[in-house]
Amino acid sequence: MTIASGTVREAAIAAPPPAPAATSPARPRKRRQLTRNRWGYAYVAPFFLVFAAFSLYPFMYTAWVSLHETSLSNINGGTWVGLDNYRNLLQSEFFWNAARNTLTIGILATVPQLCMALGLAHLLNYKLRGRTFFRTVMLMPYATSIAAATLVFSQLFGREYGLINTMLEAVGLQAIDWEAGTVSSQVAIAVIVTWRWTGYNALIYLAAMQSIPGELYEAAEIDGASKWKQFLHVTIPSLRPTILFTIVVSTIGAVQLFGEPLLFAGNGTTSGGSSGQYQTLGLLMYQQGWSNFHIGQAATTAWAMFMIILVIVGVNAVIGRLRARADR
Amino acid sequence: MFHSSKSRAAWGAALAAVLLTAGCGGSDDASADAADYDPDAPVTLTVGTFGTMDLDNAGLYDEYMELHPNVTIEQNNVAQSAAYYKSLQTRLAANSGLDDVQAMEIGFIADVVRNHADAFVDFAAEENADELEGNFYDWKWGQASTADGETIALGTDTGPQAMCYRKDLFEQAGLPTDRAEVAELWPTWEAYLEVAEQYMASPTKPADSAFVDSPASIFSSSVYQGDLAYNDEEGNPIPAESDGVQQAWDYASQAADEGLTANLSQFGDEWNAAFSNGAFATIACPAWMLGYINSQMGEAGAGLWDIAPLPGSDESASNWGGSFLGVPADGPNVEAAKDLVEWLTAPEQQVKMFTRAAHFPSSPQAAEDPEVVGATNEYFGNAPTGEIFGEAAANIQRTPIGPYDTQIQEAFTTALTDIASGGADPEEGWENALQAARQATGG
Repeated sequence: MTIASGTVREAAIAAPPPAPAATSPARPRKRRQLTRNRWGYAYVAPFFLVFAAFSLYPFMYTAWVSLHETSLSNINGGTWVGLDNYRNLLQSEFFWNAARNTLTIGILATVPQLCMALGLAHLLNYKLRGRTFFRTVMLMPYATSIAAATLVFSQLFGREYGLINTMLEAVGLQAIDWEAGTVSSQVAIAVIVTWRWTGYNALIYLAAMQSIPGELYEAAEIDGASKWKQFLHVTIPSLRPTILFTIVVSTIGAVQLFGEPLLFAGNGTTSGGSSGQYQTLGLLMYQQGWSNFHIGQAATTAWAMFMIILVIVGVNAVIGRLRARADR
Repeated sequence: MFHSSKSRAAWGAALAAVLLTAGCGGSDDASADAADYDPDAPVTLTVGTFGTMDLDNAGLYDEYMELHPNVTIEQNNVAQSAAYYKSLQTRLAANSGLDDVQAMEIGFIADVVRNHADAFVDFAAEENADELEGNFYDWKWGQASTADGETIALGTDTGPQAMCYRKDLFEQAGLPTDRAEVAELWPTWEAYLEVAEQYMASPTKPADSAFVDSPASIFSSSVYQGDLAYNDEEGNPIPAESDGVQQAWDYASQAADEGLTANLSQFGDEWNAAFSNGAFATIACPAWMLGYINSQMGEAGAGLWDIAPLPGSDESASNWGGSFLGVPADGPNVEAAKDLVEWLTAPEQQVKMFTRAAHFPSSPQAAEDPEVVGATNEYFGNAPTGEIFGEAAANIQRTPIGPYDTQIQEAFTTALTDIASGGADPEEGWENALQAARQATGG
């Protein structure tokens, strides 16, 4: 990506100014424009070549595989089944279970996460002693690998020897079998996700907050608005585009949730708990493709996930646009 | 000139990207012709292994390299068997990146036999095929053979099963601790479950200990005691109709439902920790489990455990696990790799694998070797492991294996965990397991 963005910028510098309106026929002019812009195209070409090789091609190939019944060790030799895989997927209880879990874990993880991030960003926006320290600390979970974090958390949430249950028992409460329950396991996974991403989102909010002009707050203060009112009526409205952005990104992340539920199981199984209580779509795809070796089914699930993301992002964009129109 | 240097840079960048994206595929060495094979030519052989196969730890590579100074052996070990198999599958699909020798676990061998037999050297077509076949238990040889009689790999170890028990916990619960007496306690699985109830009802046993680690321990060991396990004679999955599955399910789901197990998921963190915490008094013990217990408990566990025969083993013994070594047919060093595999799996080496690393032989000659028969295990109270596992191995009948055994087994043990944690009753669990098994096999 860095190569790509670099070349795009350079290309913009190198590109000649737009061709002046000419009276010559349309065709030659078009060609001349193409050749005049050739350095621009040359500069963006590497990105698109890499994109084609590592994104577009796998993308189309996945679509192709999803139309076949085939196994991991014989990807190219499957039999054509048309849309059967999609029909089976929509009729599969495992798919709907995973979709449900993805939704509930997504809500459990995203909503508290973004609220907390907003609050933290607000606090860090004050002039604090050791501000840089706090900001760095907040980004630490993001810099931790999912595997390391999840392994530690799954030990914390262990049934017999986990720290959390030990503490619960110490204060006289009953130990919870975190992994076995539907709600408890999903909460545990949501905690891991929240821990990891809150600081990251807080920093994004913080950056946006710092670009809010100070005069707005001064004016609000003169009008007698409390800090809380300022937060509600100045900060949040100014952050709306940023909030929308973090919601979209978190939602995409939530749909793709995979590493946490896989590692939370602790023994490498891909069923997402004894009754699939925390199997997400990402985990289902992995189970189909890499535990059961039905790579055609896995490709189908991958495409279903992509469609879900498209729909969610589309809905978000529509809501955002309607909001903007209502404001005008 | 400004323009030309700029243009060269641009084309350079574009060209570099093309090379990067297009230039990944390497060329494969042509496979060596058998006729040109010079056994003394210097050669480096790579061996792909997984988990703790211990071929290196038992010193077999060093020994071979000493016998054949022209050979250098490099091992590529992957810790998890499942991860290893995933990469083996993708390499088979691409027909590149394969090692000269590839190890395969029993849970995956049927898939390779069925779908990739052509990718491996056929040992049954070798000149010394009869001699090779005679080196192995017929069921072990059969597991790596296709319906047409091709044999794509040679066996290393096997997992004949016994039952390990904690003498200290048995004593506290008022049960006998002598292995002969314990063997009489559970001639059958019904008797075993009765002892389990007795143990759980004992007021003197440690309060937080259960009789067995997991329902999976019961299920995975008794499922192979029927005529059929997960497959029919042709190797097609039929978990719903198999007598082995039905029986194993009855025993294991009863144990799960009645809370006789510690309900730990095997090979998980809590299970590992539970060994040292005395959370369970018995565990089904394939031969390789002894090493696992030893590594989990260390010196603190020495002398606590002992070994008795598996319930029901008078009628039919049971095998859990075991591996094979195959030689990919398109490799550059096929002949040298074949020699290595034949040597590594020969009875003499299997004896060494047992005495040095506790991997039980897949060769009757090795199992009947005095060194193996007479072997005892100090850590397990000097139990005559050679005799116990040897008897079990001789009693194993060939149950047909299939390409989805690992996945089907996981479907059942997962459902059992659900029963033990109160998420389902045995009837629901059975339906859930069958549904998950159907999904795994492709329904």
